[in-house]
Amino acid sequence: MPAADNSWTWQCDQVIPSNTAVGRRLLDDVLRQLETLHWTRRDIFGVHLAVDEALVNAILHGNAADESKHVRFSCRISPQKIHVEITDEGPGFDPDSLPDPTTPCHLTRPGGRGVLLMRAFMGHVEFRDRGNQVVLEKERRT
Amino acid sequence: MTAYHHLDVTDVGNVTVVRFRDHKIVEDVNIQELGQEMFRLIEADGRDRLLLDFALVDFLSSAALGKLITLDRKMKAHGGKLKLSNIRPEIYEVFAITKLNRLFDIRKDEADALAAF
Repeated sequence: MPAADNSWTWQCDQVIPSNTAVGRRLLDDVLRQLETLHWTRRDIFGVHLAVDEALVNAILHGNAADESKHVRFSCRISPQKIHVEITDEGPGFDPDSLPDPTTPCHLTRPGGRGVLLMRAFMGHVEFRDRGNQVVLEKERRT
Repeated sequence: MTAYHHLDVTDVGNVTVVRFRDHKIVEDVNIQELGQEMFRLIEADGRDRLLLDFALVDFLSSAALGKLITLDRKMKAHGGKLKLSNIRPEIYEVFAITKLNRLFDIRKDEADALAAF
């Protein structure tokens, strides 16, 4: 997690089962905090999409939807910034090995767009450890 | 009369206008059900001109995009036409980032889309 910083006004550290409904209730709490801090609709949409994709990846791909496996969700929010860490118990993966879903040969695949969308809507996306942890950060637009 | 849980279906001339009822198209179960309802329109009902109206949709996940891609494939296989309309800017940005705005015929509003069929 980022160094202790008095500018964080809200934080959350939870371990949840591999269940997307549970993950989304946590995400709803995060989004409410951003609304309270009057982040723009566009920024909130971007955080919503990126974090939802990251949670689904952790739950369905990382943990293979095994509810006995857990996802660690950590979030820090300040008026200007959000920092999220999502860690699954899976074997990890190499994000650089993902095919580009925007190329003609991959465009009509039904999946494979989550990481692209995370990178598009967040200012910083980093995969750590064996690829089973993702860090998402975003600075609020002025 | 066919009951749809996730769609409002109306006919405007020879175009079937489908309005999504869900504001957020994100839950896996809902996406599966919604997909089945849309596929039924093509495969069981033989609709060959479909307009998807996103006026009430303020969020969708990449899984929903996947379902739309499958719908488009089915439509093309049946020789039909599919158009999308009333997509809010944040969601249109998702189509643009994923370059799916090149796959789908996206129109500003229903009138524009209907005129284009």
